[in-house]
Amino acid sequence: MSLFIIIIATVLVNNFVLSYFLGICPFLGVSGKASSAIGMGFAVTFVMTFTAAITWLIKYKILIPFHLPFLEYVSFILIIASLVQFVEMFLKKSVPGLYRALGIYLPLITTNCAILGMALLGSLRNYNFIENLVFGFGAGIGFTLALVIMAGIREELEFADVPKPLQGAGITLILAGLLALAFMGFSGMISGG
Amino acid sequence: MNTITISLIGMGAIGLAMALFLLIAYKKLKVHEDPRIDQIDEILPGANCGACGYPGCRHYAEAIIKENAPINLCTVGGPDVTDAIGKLLGIEAEAITPPVAVVMCQGDESVAPRRAKYHGASSCRIEHFTTNGDKFCTYGCIGLGDCVEACQFDAMYMGENGLPVIIEDKCTGCGLCAEACPRDIIEMVPRDQKLFVLCKNKDRGALARKYCKVACIACGICVKNAPEGTMEMKDNLAIILDYKPLNDPEVGNLLQEKCPTNTIVYRE
Repeated sequence: MSLFIIIIATVLVNNFVLSYFLGICPFLGVSGKASSAIGMGFAVTFVMTFTAAITWLIKYKILIPFHLPFLEYVSFILIIASLVQFVEMFLKKSVPGLYRALGIYLPLITTNCAILGMALLGSLRNYNFIENLVFGFGAGIGFTLALVIMAGIREELEFADVPKPLQGAGITLILAGLLALAFMGFSGMISGG
Repeated sequence: MNTITISLIGMGAIGLAMALFLLIAYKKLKVHEDPRIDQIDEILPGANCGACGYPGCRHYAEAIIKENAPINLCTVGGPDVTDAIGKLLGIEAEAITPPVAVVMCQGDESVAPRRAKYHGASSCRIEHFTTNGDKFCTYGCIGLGDCVEACQFDAMYMGENGLPVIIEDKCTGCGLCAEACPRDIIEMVPRDQKLFVLCKNKDRGALARKYCKVACIACGICVKNAPEGTMEMKDNLAIILDYKPLNDPEVGNLLQEKCPTNTIVYRE
């Protein structure tokens, strides 16, 4: 499978948020403002890309040669947690505004199922190193895309006349459902992505 | 070597590598923060209850230093914490006495009959929103203890009569229980208040009397006997406007005696 198809498949067809329904917590929590959505998206993309690279190395250079495939989950979580710590330190130092805007959602990337899901799916599909890297990057970009679209809609929504019982979480969930429906239009474009 | 040893060594090596990586990153990316934030953070109780209006103790500590937030917002720590922060920063602030939580309902099972038996999830909030409670009185305590669960300071327990009991010595006045109650039965009141109208029922008198023996029936006797401007009737319920004149034992005991349903309680 060419790298281009992997990118298209992860960003559009099998978007992690809108078709796998992974990473819903930040998707609903940080999509209030476009600027913080972009920041969150890039933080996740960064973590995902590096997770993809390191988990591939761990799996094929440590776990498989030493016959320890059952340690996959544990070691992947360890990697993800460390990388999130690193991103947190990095943002605190260089982009303190974004650091404050993301608040609790930044450390929560650790428990973001999209990232562990990406690592495990990539491992399941037996990608080679470059493919896995592209897969991780594509998954992050797909996550960012979903977040930014959602943030754009929600910013417009500020001016809409939402019925009272639906205000807040209600309308957000309806929107997320509609958006997922829209993304279902891509399904079938690539088989087996 | 058996599998366990290899696993241990393998995971240990990965963990160590990540730890080293983070250590180096920490050294390189260390942000210089005002050391006083750490010191204030240490003084604060660390309960992260949010009573001060900030998400957690650390945020409050940052707000004190960076945004000049008042230093007396921590009701949990009370005057001691305020003093300690004041000493650290060299400023003085009037310590506030934290309020105390009071359960404004006496409708236990013996006086407030049930109209049904509730079998759903054990949460006041869920029972309130799904079935509107299993008592006739739809303003009274549901008794499933959401408030007790919310309390982080072990200052509450469910009494044998099905109503929550507040241990006043332990109550820090953070207000988490009041927030947890779906019917707003728990109120945060000043510690020196002695007279309470322990009812939230807004039904008309006859109905209220039918639903609960200790409900306020809006007879208005208390308003007539209380000093002018201290109590009034609103939505079929007696409310206290100014508690200070009512703290007088003579007034308080009189009102307690006059109340035909024992809704008004004077606590010495």
